[in-house]
Amino acid sequence: MSTDGARGGSTDGRLLEVEELRVSFRTEDGVVQAVDGVTFGVDSGEVLAIVGESGSGKSVTAMTLMGLTRGPNTSFEGRAMFAGKDLVGASEDELRRVRGAQIAMVFQDPMSSLDPVYRVGDQIVEQIRVHDKDISKAQALDRAAELMEKVGIPRAGDRLRSYPHEFSGGMRQRVMIAMALANSPKLLLADEPTTALDVTIQAQILDELRTLREDTGAAIILVTHDLGVVADIADRIVVMYAGRVVEHGTLDEIFYDPQHPYTWGLLGSIARIDRDRSQRLPAIPGLPPSLLRPPKGCHFRPRCPHAFARCTEVPELASRLPDAPAHLDRCWLEPEQKRKLRQVGDQIGLASRETVIS
Amino acid sequence: MGRFIVRRLASMIGVLFAISVLTFLIFQAIPNPAVRLAGRFPTPATIDHINQQWGFDKPIYVQYLKTMKLIFTGQVISYTQQINVVHELWVLLPVTASLAIGAGIIWLSMGILFGVLSAWRSGRWLDRALTVLSMIGVSMPVFFLGAVMSYYLGDKWGILPAGDYVPLQSDPWQWFVHMLMPWFALSVLFIGVYSRVLRSTILDTVNDDYVRTAKAKGLSERQVMTRHVLRNSLIPIIALFGLDFAAVIGGGAILTETVFNLHGIGQYAAQSVSALDIPPVLVITMFGAFVVVLIGGVVDVLYAYLDPRIRL
Amino acid sequence: MSATGSTPASVIEESLPHQGWPASDGEELPPGIGPYKLAWRRLKRNKVALAFGGLFLAIVILCLLAPVYANDIAHTGPNQENVDTALNAFGLPKGPTWHAHYFLGADNVGRDVAVRLLYGGRTSLQIGAEATLITIVFATLLALLAGYFRGPLDGLISRAFELIWAYPVYLLGIALGVVLAISGLDLGFVKLSGNSTQIPAIIIGLIYIPYVGKAVRGQIITLREREFIDAARQQGLGHMRIMFSEILPNVASTLIVFIPLIMANAILTEAGLSFLGAGVRPPNASWGTMISDGINLLPAAVHTMLVPGIMLVLCVLGINVFGDGVRDALDPRAKIRIEH
Repeated sequence: MSTDGARGGSTDGRLLEVEELRVSFRTEDGVVQAVDGVTFGVDSGEVLAIVGESGSGKSVTAMTLMGLTRGPNTSFEGRAMFAGKDLVGASEDELRRVRGAQIAMVFQDPMSSLDPVYRVGDQIVEQIRVHDKDISKAQALDRAAELMEKVGIPRAGDRLRSYPHEFSGGMRQRVMIAMALANSPKLLLADEPTTALDVTIQAQILDELRTLREDTGAAIILVTHDLGVVADIADRIVVMYAGRVVEHGTLDEIFYDPQHPYTWGLLGSIARIDRDRSQRLPAIPGLPPSLLRPPKGCHFRPRCPHAFARCTEVPELASRLPDAPAHLDRCWLEPEQKRKLRQVGDQIGLASRETVIS
Repeated sequence: MGRFIVRRLASMIGVLFAISVLTFLIFQAIPNPAVRLAGRFPTPATIDHINQQWGFDKPIYVQYLKTMKLIFTGQVISYTQQINVVHELWVLLPVTASLAIGAGIIWLSMGILFGVLSAWRSGRWLDRALTVLSMIGVSMPVFFLGAVMSYYLGDKWGILPAGDYVPLQSDPWQWFVHMLMPWFALSVLFIGVYSRVLRSTILDTVNDDYVRTAKAKGLSERQVMTRHVLRNSLIPIIALFGLDFAAVIGGGAILTETVFNLHGIGQYAAQSVSALDIPPVLVITMFGAFVVVLIGGVVDVLYAYLDPRIRL
Repeated sequence: MSATGSTPASVIEESLPHQGWPASDGEELPPGIGPYKLAWRRLKRNKVALAFGGLFLAIVILCLLAPVYANDIAHTGPNQENVDTALNAFGLPKGPTWHAHYFLGADNVGRDVAVRLLYGGRTSLQIGAEATLITIVFATLLALLAGYFRGPLDGLISRAFELIWAYPVYLLGIALGVVLAISGLDLGFVKLSGNSTQIPAIIIGLIYIPYVGKAVRGQIITLREREFIDAARQQGLGHMRIMFSEILPNVASTLIVFIPLIMANAILTEAGLSFLGAGVRPPNASWGTMISDGINLLPAAVHTMLVPGIMLVLCVLGINVFGDGVRDALDPRAKIRIEH
């Protein structure tokens, strides 16, 4: 894929730069603004986690990078610069050359994400041969076996001939990862890769991803709703809520100095071994807003116990900490207020009138 | 795969047996069977002979065995028409086979074509037009359509022959020309059904996760459609086709054959019904069901081959 | 059509109104709308389906008014043979006059086609409705027993379904039709003569039981594994209670979709059987027998064949399009997919 020259003079090296991305869908009941001005960047070799609940727009963001959300009812604004080219405005042909080659994706449910009527080996071979017309089927099969071995599938050579339904969930996900890595992508998008799996398998898959990053130097965007998963592997975190980025910082910044009430809520609801177990597990009360008619101003306002008058004005995504210019958040509260409000007992959390189990 | 086939065979035999019993029992309901079977001018000798052959005076399981023996050794006689039923069926088979196979090819190919077109142009005028056609096709009784075609295209405007059958061996072109209308009349219903089933299957499949994966791999639109969407969408169509084809061969083309006067197995069944001539109806019913089950078994095996999840 | 499909399902789901939402901006959201109400709304928006449903309704009403038409407009009965007034100069039956008498023409023995059409329609519709009732009721019962209890009962019922479904519809229909025409039906508590119109209704109803039964059974088996059934059992609800108050409502939408489908098939099957002589028998008439008679008169008096035929097609078309609309309304993502 052609690189239109490096941007500017410096080798900034940012692999991916998403700028004010907006995605909306026209539905039977109106226009849904699924992604509302999302901006972030990813460097080579780093792991960026996009965290949020269902409906936050995190999956739509990831899929849009590959052009998988395009359709007659979809509208886009903004840009996603990848190696000098804008993915959002790129043509189908250009995107096709990128998909599976420079950017690859692993999806949430490995059972339904693999075609049930083809053997697993053949599906990996398909991925290889789409971008390498000259390789023979036999060679591609060998490569497929290598890949399967690399992701920890035993007896890879034999298992090439198995069908997806003959694998366990964890193994299937490894197959998906093997397939995604077939052409050594620079960027791997993992959309909730462990959500459909058991907790023990989850850890294994995350290990796989970590090893892969070390071996191949690929960047990973990990989309998940589980902050616990993120703590292990992410370098930087983007927190999304109702289509917007509400906080953006390094792992440490987010976990130790979170600046947005929603983040406090997420952190507060992580089940921790060192928590006082006589208390109920706190959850953020209420539900995410409808993206058809979102609330005016800050989208989190209806659920936020600390909302005040200014919150009806959309908070800018900016750094409000002079010594952490890259730590951005979307909350009008002053940093000192935040530091006080986020302490619930001896932990960080979201204070509220009651704590209920949702 | 092999084990699957053996299991299927075993259950098939069970079903075939059950069919023979059920068919037999249905015809047990007729009072005075010997007299009925004896035709128009029954003589006491004939009635006796019939009683002996079919065992009407014997216990029911003996009757069953005798009936099956008669059928399978080709000795069922229809006294009303004075012919050997099984032999007659053999003679009439080419007609029904021509009709079924020809129509089958037409409805499968056109059904798939229209289904794909409808899905491809989903929501636009082509889709709507095809849907309208399908709806009409599905709502039309085949014998009425046949009669209309036969009258207008045949008798009135003389474009095509109005009916009758010309054997393939004696005149291939005439055979073809004579079969055109029956083929289309029979196909219309199935084309309507298949195109709509395929359309809806394709539209569902297109939203399946593995199609998204295929796209994410960098496959072209066409590759995604043919290798993944169609490959999966056609499976239920093939299964459906197998069953429908079996039903048509087994005697479901009764209406078409009658309306076009094709003298096939179906029409023979219909004529026997009008004449209240039992033996042919009995034999044809049983064989019809047999054919359906046999072909059904083949279809199941084919389905397992196409969809590996079934082989468990 | 793009292979990406369209709006991701998750987006659709998230954009639907949740019940009891925290107010977005101080406004209350309406309470959750039940699936049937939602379906009804969608159906109302489908003008085409409603139009065809209206067509079917109109035909039904017309047929029900047959005696009124016969007595007050055409002044002749369905079996009245008026040879002198009905034939034209060539001795052929009159074609449609578009007047009160012989509105749609006469048949070869001088009967008023329009009058016969309406009376025949009553027969066809009645048989169709009865057959549909039989099919739906028995298929549901059998499916409940089979799907809920599983085990040997399920084995038996499933085998029975397979068995009946193995017969090509018309073969089974004519076999039963012939036998029952000769011997009538005598079940002790009900006795039907060979000429009764109930017999085709029963036969057709019986033939389609496996079709509905298999589909519903499959659904019930899936439902049975769901947690709410376990919950009900733990509450101590008896089997009957669970079947009727938990499972049945969940298969209701499938049944609703099946009703127009079966009705359309039943009417067509009756026409076919009557055409072959194994359905409605003289002196009764239905659209099927009328078409059959009309075909026998060809190439003369083509209207005697066309009229009942077109009426039949319009009627079934009305049911089919409306039924399609019902199915779309109940499940716009067409999860319930039924063949034929």
